[in-house]
Amino acid sequence: MSGVHVTTTVNGDPVEFVCPADESLLDVLRDRLGLTGAKEGCGTGDCGACSITLDGQLVCSCLVLGAEAEGKKITTVEGMADGENLHPLQRQFIDNAALQCGICTPGFLIAAKALLDKNPDPSVEEIRYALAGNLCRCTGYDKIVRAVQAAAKDLQKQNRK
Amino acid sequence: MQHDQKYTGQDFKVVGTRPNRPDGIDKVTGRARYGADMSAPGQLVGLMLRSPHAHAKIVKIDTSRAEKLAGVKAVLTSADLPDLTNGNAGDYATLENCMARDRALYDGHAVAAVAAIDKSTAKKALKLIKVTYEKLPHVTDVDEALKKGAPQIQPACDGNLGGRYEFGHGDIEAGLKEADVVIEKSFKTGQTHQGYIEPHACLATVGPDGSGELWVTTQGHFTYRNVCATLLGMDIAKLKVTSSEIGGGFGGKTHVWIEPVALALARKANRPVKMVMSREEVFKGSGPTCASSMDVKIGAKKDGTITSAFIECRYSDGAFPGIWGMLGGMTAWACYDLKNCKSVGVDVLVNRPKVAAYRAPSAPMMAFGVESTMDMLAKELDMDPVQLRLKNVAREGTQSSYGPVYGPIGIEPTLEAVRDHPHMKAPLGKNQGRGMACGFWFNIGGQTCSDLNIGVDGTVNLTVGTIDVGGARASLSLIAAEELGISYDDVKTTIGDTNSLGHNDTTEGSRGTFSSGMATIFAAREAIEVMKGRAAQMWGIPVEAVSWENGHAVATGAEHGNLPPLSLKEIAAESPKTGGPIAGHHEVTADGSGVSFASHIVDVEVDPETGRTQVLRYTVVQDAGKAIHPDYVEGQFQGGAAQGIGWALNEEYIYGEDGCLQNAGFLDYRIPVCSDLPFIDTKILEIPNPNHPYGIRGVGETSIVPPLAAIGNAVSNAVGVRLNQVPMSPPRILKALEDA
Repeated sequence: MSGVHVTTTVNGDPVEFVCPADESLLDVLRDRLGLTGAKEGCGTGDCGACSITLDGQLVCSCLVLGAEAEGKKITTVEGMADGENLHPLQRQFIDNAALQCGICTPGFLIAAKALLDKNPDPSVEEIRYALAGNLCRCTGYDKIVRAVQAAAKDLQKQNRK
Repeated sequence: MQHDQKYTGQDFKVVGTRPNRPDGIDKVTGRARYGADMSAPGQLVGLMLRSPHAHAKIVKIDTSRAEKLAGVKAVLTSADLPDLTNGNAGDYATLENCMARDRALYDGHAVAAVAAIDKSTAKKALKLIKVTYEKLPHVTDVDEALKKGAPQIQPACDGNLGGRYEFGHGDIEAGLKEADVVIEKSFKTGQTHQGYIEPHACLATVGPDGSGELWVTTQGHFTYRNVCATLLGMDIAKLKVTSSEIGGGFGGKTHVWIEPVALALARKANRPVKMVMSREEVFKGSGPTCASSMDVKIGAKKDGTITSAFIECRYSDGAFPGIWGMLGGMTAWACYDLKNCKSVGVDVLVNRPKVAAYRAPSAPMMAFGVESTMDMLAKELDMDPVQLRLKNVAREGTQSSYGPVYGPIGIEPTLEAVRDHPHMKAPLGKNQGRGMACGFWFNIGGQTCSDLNIGVDGTVNLTVGTIDVGGARASLSLIAAEELGISYDDVKTTIGDTNSLGHNDTTEGSRGTFSSGMATIFAAREAIEVMKGRAAQMWGIPVEAVSWENGHAVATGAEHGNLPPLSLKEIAAESPKTGGPIAGHHEVTADGSGVSFASHIVDVEVDPETGRTQVLRYTVVQDAGKAIHPDYVEGQFQGGAAQGIGWALNEEYIYGEDGCLQNAGFLDYRIPVCSDLPFIDTKILEIPNPNHPYGIRGVGETSIVPPLAAIGNAVSNAVGVRLNQVPMSPPRILKALEDA
């Protein structure tokens, strides 16, 4: 099969790859670029474990073709921390024990960051609806919602400085 | 070395605190490697071909065209695997389930597999395999399957009866004669899936010398090693299994599905083979829990004393017999002190996937029947449901319904905590209802083996063989730190592969922290003995004059009293000169696991127009024995409750007339999402298990037992009609309202 040549940016780095026209961006990230942080839980856009942002827009990377990333900026969980400094969401997920098995965590972090980027002070209900596209089977979401609340406060403090 | 496993009653310094888990950073940065995250040079992609029929004879499988496709390196059918038809029944069933031989027994049953250079080639190859089926009559309903003339699924069974197990004591007929009130009701529960977000995945390598490696997401890598080697005729010692990080299991990753096939493909192709299930395959081709159908009859005196208690529950095991009826039968009346009780668990074969464990397997169904009927009895007697349960509650010394006499147990304290909880007194609005229910689970111990190695800088590597699904490495690090008297941050816990430790049983039955905790304590005590010897050597005094206190060797006796204590770090630093590395080891078949009880409270609101139920408030009260890391104990309570909520309200395998699964995806098999749930309050009770040095009971499973009945009771109270079938989906609630 002839491939499609794609030029894109992943977590700030220029990246080029060639992939079959029908290959999902998730498969490209995982199998061609070695970025296995995004997970495949369903492959049909129902679980959110493969969440990434594409030009700032939250998407399920299993529903996007690799070819569609041409000229776009991709952010994955691997790009969330600033060097050794974790993003406040990452820190609060650990501090609040908001993960058990952790398979859904990358997707939740990306989705929660997309929420806080748009809405720095979300209510519990807004958090719950913003994260309704991400499935977690371990936690019952309790500690995840609390972690997002705590991270929102951290970010507000950080932005006031 | 013999160790005393009795509860010590000690005051803890680090156990019971909430430090960050050691694998946290890996899991929030994407570094953690799960089943599908590993690759090997030259690896192939393995895919399964699955039966599209509920029940069919496999007349012929023609793989010739697939084999000829460029890029295909191996095609596998049952002809490539050992024929265990007349061998060990369990091994036969396991392998037959991994790859059908003569008949496909359910929609999704694997019939062939390929390994090819990439996914698209493998997919093309699957299409080129021609299977000639002869469709057979099928049955998917548990009650239909027991009827005369139902299609028979396993020739060795009596009809579709896979097994029948009875428990109890006394005389239930005599008990009914003593009763002032008798309540009788039938119930049904739908088939649900564990719903772990990570599909089954593995990477298999087998060399021409017959030695192999398997990287796999599993709850029990030692078990997977033994099972795969046995099924494929390999030497156990020549197969190294490494457990990846596990993306949820809940019992579903205790059995093999694709792993023996991946190894067989790798052997045939002489290349590494990676297999990853799709979500559809997970639903159709792994091991959900049973659907069930049951009849309950309780007799009681006017004062609430239960005189007779009977339940029969029929479990759909899928296409192979299991022991699900036995487990359910044992749990049914475990919360109560009853003079006359009987429970019957029946295993029934149907054309559905081979059932696997799902968190306290078989107990939620029985609890739905028992605890719903208890509420009906309370209503009939005009008694408070909590008081009715307290009136009949099991205590220390009670003869349990399944045999043993209880030691100290937590059911009464959980009920008292529920009775006194502010949640029970909070006002309810229109269309709202409150329910409560109790639950029980055994917990188990089993074979366990741990190593503890102390570095020259005084930091500690603890290697355990029970995998970590929900924070066990943090708990075990706490235990090692407590026993050694050092900081939590100085302990690093690792899950060893099958070549680095002796056999460890699968992490199931809430055994991980109980049994590895025990092995860790004794391994640490062994290391302490070594360190006492080293300190004695450093001081030049007899070892009998050395004791261990707060992470230090202390010289005792008047003649040595002026020697300053030696810290673990000081002893470790000198270890190269005093005899080499310091280590402790322990292997044990841990027994004395403590039984576990929980009581839950839930408020719901039911929309009478749509039949939709919203959970408004939820409280879990459970006895943990000792909460080593309370965050992760709460996590188990909350997670189990959430799974129970899904089971109660939404989740169900839906089969068509053709016997095929109609909702094999997360869109149509809807598990609770964030906006479906409230915060889940937890109350941890700590009634120490007398048979564990730290008082640990298992905590992982009991939380899924009460929710079906608790929500059933709440919904019934909200709408004024008894619901007797889960899931209580909107159409079922509307129908119940119409029929009332």
